[in-house]
Amino acid sequence: MSEAKNVGVLALQGDFREHKQMLERVGARVREVRLPKHLEGLGGLVVPGGESTTIGKLAAEFGLDAAVREAYEAGTLAIWGTCAGAIWMAREIMDYRQPHLGIMDIAVRRNAFGRQVDSFEVDLEIEDLDGPFRAVFIRAPEIVRVGDGVRVRARYQGRVVFAEQDRLWAMAFHPELTGDDRLHREFLERFVAS
Amino acid sequence: MEKGTLRVKTGFAEMFKGGVIMDVTTPEQAKIAEEAGAVAVMALERVPADIRAQGGVARMSDPKVIKEIMAAVSIPVMAKVRIGHLAEAMILEALGVDFIDESEVLTPADEEHHIDKWAFKVPFVNGARDLGEALRRIAEGSAMIRTKGEAGTGNVVEAVRHARNVMKAIRRIQGMRADELMAEAKNLQAPYELVRYVHEHGRLPVVNFAAGGVATPADAALMMHLGMDGVFVGSGIFKSGDPARRARAIVRAVTHYNDPEILAEVSEDLGEPMVGINLDELSEEERMAKRGW
Repeated sequence: MSEAKNVGVLALQGDFREHKQMLERVGARVREVRLPKHLEGLGGLVVPGGESTTIGKLAAEFGLDAAVREAYEAGTLAIWGTCAGAIWMAREIMDYRQPHLGIMDIAVRRNAFGRQVDSFEVDLEIEDLDGPFRAVFIRAPEIVRVGDGVRVRARYQGRVVFAEQDRLWAMAFHPELTGDDRLHREFLERFVAS
Repeated sequence: MEKGTLRVKTGFAEMFKGGVIMDVTTPEQAKIAEEAGAVAVMALERVPADIRAQGGVARMSDPKVIKEIMAAVSIPVMAKVRIGHLAEAMILEALGVDFIDESEVLTPADEEHHIDKWAFKVPFVNGARDLGEALRRIAEGSAMIRTKGEAGTGNVVEAVRHARNVMKAIRRIQGMRADELMAEAKNLQAPYELVRYVHEHGRLPVVNFAAGGVATPADAALMMHLGMDGVFVGSGIFKSGDPARRARAIVRAVTHYNDPEILAEVSEDLGEPMVGINLDELSEEERMAKRGW
């Protein structure tokens, strides 16, 4: 049996515990990341759902955005953002100014599907994934623009909700809330080397 | 496509974890809270310390105040209804409020029954002093629990008591044999299925926050150490000398509650905290935590 892969979960705020449990279930060794020094030796980083303004501010203050960018550019780190995490990764955030990583060539619109009373769950078709995926959308963002080299993996009502670029994933919904670990498994297998 | 499912409600509450929810009474305060890194704001006409000082019947806030606050910030907005006041809850749902707090801080509308929260698409948070109370509220459809503490006092002692009550009872149930759970459900006056959930998972089925008396970054960190998922701060911020600075410090203290150096740094030079009230100065009638059952 091979060594377990090392994955971090950004644990500044949000539902990082759910991601951690899913990743451990599919065999990863998981570390909570709150400071730049926690990134050392990681092959992947999951940025959870939560409040994107809170996560963005805390990450910037403690130097995490620079450290994450550096690790990604060094070719060692894959990054996956869900909901608030996807907002943090996007190059452009429509209508709002807030600190963010901006590493992925997409633009997002926050709360694009409405407030909490409009939050919903739905069976979603995802490219290259067998069978529908139960997707939970909570005050979800929408990916309103994707750059060249960004592949759209899923849409809901024609709107982009899952995009992939190199070793970066941005999705508007919460696979960590469903118990379906197929995406966690795929992220680990395809992108995380060690 | 389904809206208002249990997973959508409790999942939303999960997104608040490791965060701070702040009481605000004006759009300007809401912006200060958002800027400080709050994960949500609680829109109110008066903070608990003022409700306590002014007396009289405390009710749901004027929808105009709530709408102005909703328009001012991009983060989620919560608002309070009186215990059992389902019509106030219908009004808040119609306004599009993101979360409803069925709160003992307001004067109860019903001394026997809480709201049937399953009937709503919008999620609810409820206060609890012990595990039985928490599980009864969850059985009624609550998607999030908080300690009651003693709101508007700036004194964390009751929040600590309630957090310890809940966590201690969870640990006790975890260690039980399966055939002891029914008697425990009877003792707690809580549904058997939920007691069994606690036995199997070692936690509540919903997020559990601290509330009622948190006034300093250290208070917030203390509650995180006791196993709470996050913190509500009511009067503690905008009744203090430098709200923006204190709000910011409490947010950082919740994220880094286990890092003493960061806690020391953020606790420095915050100006005057809110004036506290010792609990033995409050008569039984003045205690808000006793409201609800």
